[in-house]
Amino acid sequence: MQWETVIGLEVHLQLATNSKIFSGSPTTFGAQPNTQASAVDLAMPGMLPVLNELAVRYAVKFGLGIGAEIGMRSVFDRKNYFYPDLPKGYQISQFEAPIVGRGSFEILMEDGSIREIGITRAHLEEDAGKSLHEDFHGQTGIDLNRAGTPLLEIVSEPDIRNAAEAVAYLKTLHRLVTYLGISDGNMAEGSMRCDVNISLRPVGSETLGTRAEIKNVNSFRFVEKAIHHEIDRQADILEDGGEVVQETRLYDADRDETRSMRSKEVANDYRYFPEPDLLPIVIDDAYVEEIRSGLPELPAEKHHRFTEQYGLGNYDANVLSDSRSLADYYEAVVADCGDAKIAANWVQVELLGQLNRSDLDIEDSPVSAANLGGLIQRILDNSISGKIAKQVFEGMCQGEGSADEIIEARGLKQVSDSGALEIMVDEVISGNAAQVAQYLAADEAKRKKLVGFFVGQVMKLSKGQANPQMVNQLLAKKLV
Amino acid sequence: MVVNMSIEQDEIEKIAELARIHISGEQIGQVTQRITEILQMVDQLQAVDTRDIEPMANPLDATQRLRTDEVTESDRREAFQAIAPAVEDGLYLVPKVID
Repeated sequence: MQWETVIGLEVHLQLATNSKIFSGSPTTFGAQPNTQASAVDLAMPGMLPVLNELAVRYAVKFGLGIGAEIGMRSVFDRKNYFYPDLPKGYQISQFEAPIVGRGSFEILMEDGSIREIGITRAHLEEDAGKSLHEDFHGQTGIDLNRAGTPLLEIVSEPDIRNAAEAVAYLKTLHRLVTYLGISDGNMAEGSMRCDVNISLRPVGSETLGTRAEIKNVNSFRFVEKAIHHEIDRQADILEDGGEVVQETRLYDADRDETRSMRSKEVANDYRYFPEPDLLPIVIDDAYVEEIRSGLPELPAEKHHRFTEQYGLGNYDANVLSDSRSLADYYEAVVADCGDAKIAANWVQVELLGQLNRSDLDIEDSPVSAANLGGLIQRILDNSISGKIAKQVFEGMCQGEGSADEIIEARGLKQVSDSGALEIMVDEVISGNAAQVAQYLAADEAKRKKLVGFFVGQVMKLSKGQANPQMVNQLLAKKLV
Repeated sequence: MVVNMSIEQDEIEKIAELARIHISGEQIGQVTQRITEILQMVDQLQAVDTRDIEPMANPLDATQRLRTDEVTESDRREAFQAIAPAVEDGLYLVPKVID
């Protein structure tokens, strides 16, 4: 039978606040265990939560970024379960009245098609601590530094149909939240963690099949692998006439498989009730409008503008709007050199290639936008050829200065002096009598190919600095 | 709307497990009886017509005050861990948790 995959994603996004959602503890990553866990985070008796305004602001910002309904009155609830890294015995979350309601955004697939994915809701909650199961003589070690870190849980509609769409969704979401500046989006440090709800149904069926939930998948690649694996597992069960069990599964990246987390099955009854320690959160229109007026140009808008304003294709616009810093860099280069297409090429091929090789972010680029713009200007005004420009670019990466400084210091200026070029052309012609004879004997079509040899020789002689157009003209004149 | 609430002993056992409360065999009948009495009281409350009343999350006629995002806590690990039963390398130790 042909199966259709139905996927919904729950993303836990860590918000980039300095302090925790309900206490004044710092949220810095990588601190010594339990040095950032205050009495509130440890659930000491009598401690009360006080809500961080910036967490609320970031949640609203996200809601506006996906055109969602904003919960003008939202309520915190207690989600009850027992686990040692949750000292209170409940997580403060939002259930009935989340701060962000229904919204959506578009994802761009590799083939250029666009899909709209619905967002069911997004709510604020606190993170739990961390359990370390190894090396404590049969005991578990608990680090509560992460307890109380503000999270925005973003729940998608079951609109996703395959692993590629899931990855595109996550990448688009990642780009959106980093543009908005509400999260650092650092996947390796767990700033964006994903639960995947996945089920299969016969193609054409409208009803949803039984789903399994895969917990805590922490990279785009693992999401893709975990989904592929889970589709195969469920299809095998269904093909054999079996039934998929509704359960929580854990993805094991080392073995590339998902396995059941049996212990949580009975515990899936969280007995939510309104958090009596926090009053309802009420925000007004002025607050929302103030946040709206501070929104940056969003990735989708920027992408669209790049195609319109600079005539870029979808792919180029997508790469260049990947982050705000990269987009700003690109636009600065365009402003300097005046040629959007060549700038797009240089930024994508040479600059991003260089940054990749040296594992640097655009913020740490050794080549400034002004210098790259200056380099492209020299190509455009024929001072240097594209080939020489690459040498100049290498010089810039080594910190040798601006394009003009490097061209001057290394003596790379293109030779456009017809007298000097003529001498070189004559030298090549007299030194290659056999090739000249061959050329003269050939017909028009063949000559076009053979002339390349002479151009190459002149370029070699000039160490790549001869103006290729002028060399071609001179050769055409002399090879008769 | 009146819903007659009653509770079976096995539900009490399930809730006790979720709440990590141990109820002994001889106590369970009594606990079930008492919770049934509480639920009867809830039944009585359910009989009130609340169609036009907005759900209330909190009895106070006030809304939450928000805190500025500032770090105000310093590291007091030593003091907190002095009263913990077992610690190692700065971690609190608890009986092994198996997922």
